[in-house]
Amino acid sequence: MSKKKETVAVHNMSKAQWTWHLMKQYKAGYFMTIPFMILFFTFTVIPVFASVFVAFTDWNLLQTPNFVGFQNFITLFLNDDLFITALKNTILFAVVVGPGSYIMSFVIAWFINELDPKVRAFVTLVFYAPSLTTSAFTIFQYIFSSDAYGLVNGWLMNFGLIDAPIRFFQTEAYIFPLCIIISLWMSLNTGFLASIAGLQGVDRAQYEAAAVDGITNRWQELWYVTLPNMKETLMFSAVLSITGAFGFGGIVTSMAGDPPTGYVGYTLTHHLGEYSGARMEFGYASAISFVLFLIQIGANMAINRALSKVGK
Amino acid sequence: MSKKLRTRRHRVVLNRSSGGDMGITLLLLILGVVMFLPLYYVLIQSLKPLDELFYYPPKFYVINPTFQNFADLFNLMSESWVPFSRYIFNTVYITFMGTAGNLILGSLCAYALSKIPFPGHGFFFQLIVKSLMISSAVAGTLQFVILTKLGFMDSQWAIILPTWASTLGLYLMKQFIDANISTEMLESARLDGAGEFRTFWSIAMPLVKPAWLTLIVQSFQGLWNTGATVFIQSEELKTLNYAMSQVLSAGIVRQGAVSASTVIMLIVPIIVFIVSQSNIIETMATSGMKD
Repeated sequence: MSKKKETVAVHNMSKAQWTWHLMKQYKAGYFMTIPFMILFFTFTVIPVFASVFVAFTDWNLLQTPNFVGFQNFITLFLNDDLFITALKNTILFAVVVGPGSYIMSFVIAWFINELDPKVRAFVTLVFYAPSLTTSAFTIFQYIFSSDAYGLVNGWLMNFGLIDAPIRFFQTEAYIFPLCIIISLWMSLNTGFLASIAGLQGVDRAQYEAAAVDGITNRWQELWYVTLPNMKETLMFSAVLSITGAFGFGGIVTSMAGDPPTGYVGYTLTHHLGEYSGARMEFGYASAISFVLFLIQIGANMAINRALSKVGK
Repeated sequence: MSKKLRTRRHRVVLNRSSGGDMGITLLLLILGVVMFLPLYYVLIQSLKPLDELFYYPPKFYVINPTFQNFADLFNLMSESWVPFSRYIFNTVYITFMGTAGNLILGSLCAYALSKIPFPGHGFFFQLIVKSLMISSAVAGTLQFVILTKLGFMDSQWAIILPTWASTLGLYLMKQFIDANISTEMLESARLDGAGEFRTFWSIAMPLVKPAWLTLIVQSFQGLWNTGATVFIQSEELKTLNYAMSQVLSAGIVRQGAVSASTVIMLIVPIIVFIVSQSNIIETMATSGMKD
């Protein structure tokens, strides 16, 4: 529409004049977006971009920051063993929990897609409810409680498989797998609902056409018809899965404490908390955020490439 | 083609073997039980009288269900030096203020990004999409500094204001407006002399109720669960979730009361979700993200 006006009315305006003309014509658009944008820039855009600059300083909130070049990054990668631990754990968690929760949410949504609508609504609730809990700690403390009254310990002892209760969240070997199980349990959230809606939105006529074209089973149908038809939904829920997988530190903290025993499950979120909250070393903390930021951008680019192969 | 076609609810079923259907149903049943078990177990624990809580080995059912744990919880709560009602008020206040602000600012912005082609709208929307791709921890470091510098230390505004600018609900609403409101309809309202705010309020908003509700529920779920944060030190400003978590710190004798508190904290968002489910799914139908 705007293109047409350009050629009819204002063909002799420069580009800047034309933009100014549009800005005046649509000024209501700015009035409506600016209140949100001010807050969005204040609390998200500026903090993210400023951290890139702060990462090259030694800012501690009290003294004037000095430019220190790559010192923070050099320290991070060469002299901070805990950072390396946190980085490894964060990536490991993200690689397991991100794709795990993503595949799980899609597969379950696909399973329940053909149920009767009323049954589907109920089943959706059952799978979605865990993501509403904040008290994962309480629930799993009962199940993995470190005494004989805990569900798992109680029954393992009853069957004679163990002699004494296991202190699950204080034992290094158990923290990692248990936190992964719990975060997968809680991971069927908005992306899961989007998958359900996306599957419902695929046009039935396409399935019929595909059957005529010689598709003979549900797996082929899924790959050649369903998935290509909901690529945009797949992208949306993938983005949410990735973001969720990097927010993993919270579960470790609530289950195993901060820092967890032997730093098992110690993530970049914990390391960030240590340097920004406890030590007020904002230059160093910003360098950590910046690394986290780069990893997340990389993960999103990877998923984008992976999804472009769907249905081919 | 003499092969007999399978039907389900009077429709021909294509490409479905009954073996596959059974396999999937079975798998779904197992997964469903696994997902539901932890929630079921905490519900059962909350109804167990004290002696049953200490059965060995622990049981999956209650013999004499009782609401004693809930009564204990409320007695414990009334002993705290800040009145229990204060924690409830704080959580309701934070939830309401945060949700209302996010709804008003978010829906105005979503409408403008979707329907007013002002220079820069594409760039703003791209920023919002990109913000969904990074976790809150990345912005958290300097967000803390900004909130402190703005003077929101020990203030509930430190929680409320950032949620006004949360992007997920806005994103979903913008996509919903794109798909469900035709530009022609708005155009005719504008020709009749309606200003942009009027078109927004009386034409667009009534048509995006599912997206409204989705934004409200999203925001509610996040804020309802607000627990202990670095920003709030004064006891009288703290939240219900924080108060509930304090019950836990008293140790094993309060196991029953703790599960009662978990059940209470969980039941409210579950009810909200049940009521709004069909609207949320409708909103999610347009949630797709173009690269």
